[in-house]
Amino acid sequence: MLKTYGYPEFAFHQSVDQKSGAVRRHPVVIVGGGPVGLSAAIDLAVQGLPVLLLDQDKTVSIGSRAVCYAKRALEIWDRLGCAGPMVDKGVIWKTGKVFRRDREIYRFDLLPEDGHKMPAFINLQQYYLEEFLVRRAEALGVEIRWREKVTGVEPADDHVRLTIETPRGPYALEADWLIAADGARSFTRQELGLEFKGQVFNDRFLIADVVMKADFPPERWFWFDPPFHPKQSTLLHMQADNVWRIDFKLGPDADPEEEKKPERVTPRLRAMLGEDAEFDLEWVSVYTFQCRRLDKFRHGRVLFAGDAAHQVSPFGARGANSGVQDTDNLVWKLKAVIEGKAPEALLDSYDTERVHAARENLLNSTRSTDFITPKSQTSRAFRDAVLDLAEKHPFARRLVNSGRLSLPATYANSPLNTPDEDEFAGAMAPGCPCADAPVEVEGKAGWLLNMLGNGFTLLCFGAAPRRLEVDGVTVEPLAAGRDFADSEELAAKRYDSRPGTIYLIRPDQHVAGRWRNCDEAKVRAAVNRALAR
Amino acid sequence: MKLNTKPNIERPDDFYEALIELHRDLSEEQSRQLNARLILLLANHIGDMEVLSEAMEAAAEEPE
Ligand SMILES: Cc1cc2nc3c(=O)[nH]c(=O)nc-3n(C[C@H](O)[C@H](O)[C@H](O)COP(=O)(O)OP(=O)(O)OC[C@H]3O[C@@H](n4cnc5c(N)ncnc54)[C@H](O)[C@@H]3O)c2cc1C
Repeated sequence: MLKTYGYPEFAFHQSVDQKSGAVRRHPVVIVGGGPVGLSAAIDLAVQGLPVLLLDQDKTVSIGSRAVCYAKRALEIWDRLGCAGPMVDKGVIWKTGKVFRRDREIYRFDLLPEDGHKMPAFINLQQYYLEEFLVRRAEALGVEIRWREKVTGVEPADDHVRLTIETPRGPYALEADWLIAADGARSFTRQELGLEFKGQVFNDRFLIADVVMKADFPPERWFWFDPPFHPKQSTLLHMQADNVWRIDFKLGPDADPEEEKKPERVTPRLRAMLGEDAEFDLEWVSVYTFQCRRLDKFRHGRVLFAGDAAHQVSPFGARGANSGVQDTDNLVWKLKAVIEGKAPEALLDSYDTERVHAARENLLNSTRSTDFITPKSQTSRAFRDAVLDLAEKHPFARRLVNSGRLSLPATYANSPLNTPDEDEFAGAMAPGCPCADAPVEVEGKAGWLLNMLGNGFTLLCFGAAPRRLEVDGVTVEPLAAGRDFADSEELAAKRYDSRPGTIYLIRPDQHVAGRWRNCDEAKVRAAVNRALAR
Repeated sequence: MKLNTKPNIERPDDFYEALIELHRDLSEEQSRQLNARLILLLANHIGDMEVLSEAMEAAAEEPE
């Protein structure tokens, strides 16, 4: 029980499968009801596929875990119909400040332009995030089996057999496809004997979640060598319900059990917040972290997503944020394969695209970690030199790395892309996630991303072509001027449009191809390519 | 090779002297810090990643 939050308790209900005693086959089973497994389940339900989710626990995430969710993740949750409560409950922010000792040396603005439905970031305790996801999944009728622990995973050519432990004993079932979203210690990964390779860091961090009324602005504040915690670093984030996340770097030889004690934590907080600050400890923990990933995310009928597939340091908020981009990438492909509209090879592009993204996330995460916790005297000298120079010399500010915050990956070299033949400027190249823009629909204000739907879309600036059927796959036209008014002309600008410009957009809102004129044959070829057929 | 390794400093002895002078009376630690700042300033002035990479490679070569 926390002071500001009561954990929901989800009940175990013995399933028909277990009651029947027979081994039943399900099209898609997800192991793990964290942010990633839940998002996958919701997406499958939204796409009209039956889904079963198994989780060993009976509640949402306990204690201090993820705080910051980025614009792209929020856009995905918006497509899934559950970003509203997150944004309402969360703390919206976009400014980061970096301090050295007692002076600000650098600040950044993560979304310097208007005209996006979702903010650059929100801060929200992970338990709220998961609670909102559970509610959405339940509203969609997703079957979640709480307190069911997967204890055996046997992959076969065309299915996976699972053994499951429940309060009523064990049972077994089969899945045509298994999404392994069972977290950083993934049991599925161990059962398949897969290596989780990367770097383990020895530094320890103390996290204090503190309830207090404070007048800090909703910004990310990071201190190098703060006066209240000399020679180390500290990070401050505002969360919902007046809870503040304070993250102190400790030395590698700090004793985690000692450091967690209130009599150790409180003086640290007093030094930072002032002698008369009034606060209550909500949760204290000490953590270390790893930067690791699986070599491949697809292993036959088992598809790994989220922390089970890759683990990053918290600097940059790339864990849950990249995990939901995994399922965003995966689910429409799985649907196409299940419905026989694409070959299994399409799922290999999940591997290609998301391994690429994981590499990028790991690289960023490792680089931030090396900057924040230099590993040699020379590395520290360069780090300090950057900080020395940053105050006076603008160039050095860009070298300051207190965490490069999560940005969506662009699948620039994906085999699903149709490369440009025509001249285009701007960011919306094949492989990019679509930019949002304010639009007007039937006289009402709306957003471009909300108009894209869950299938393939042909975004047209100019005369709209008809709806296309490409071997059983529908491509819906969406025309500026006809289906929406580009009220501030931001869509035209962000998509570098001229009269006649069209974009083929994938179900996960990434650009598959673009042309200056609509040539139906080219669009058809691009749809086939985006489906690996 | 984009990196210019031909003589490019007009009065090399003056430069060298200034470089050594800069470190006079500094502790090893202070010198390390100063060198790091100097490298960063010079690197930014050069800017070109190809030149920087070639310089890093040339510097990493162990003398025979
Ligand atoms: C201190 C800290 C700060 C962080 N900050 C951020 C942040 O700001 N932003 C961000 O995006 N990320 C952040 N993260 C990372 C984020 O918490 C994780 O990336 C995220 O929880 C991963 O989600 P997941 O669903 O993949 O795994 P998990 O959340 O770990 O969920 C796994 C689920 O699988 C279930 N499970 C496991 N084994 C079995 C089994 N055998 N049978 C059945 N069920 C099983 C578990 O009960 C659990 O519910 C942070 C992490 C930490 C530790």
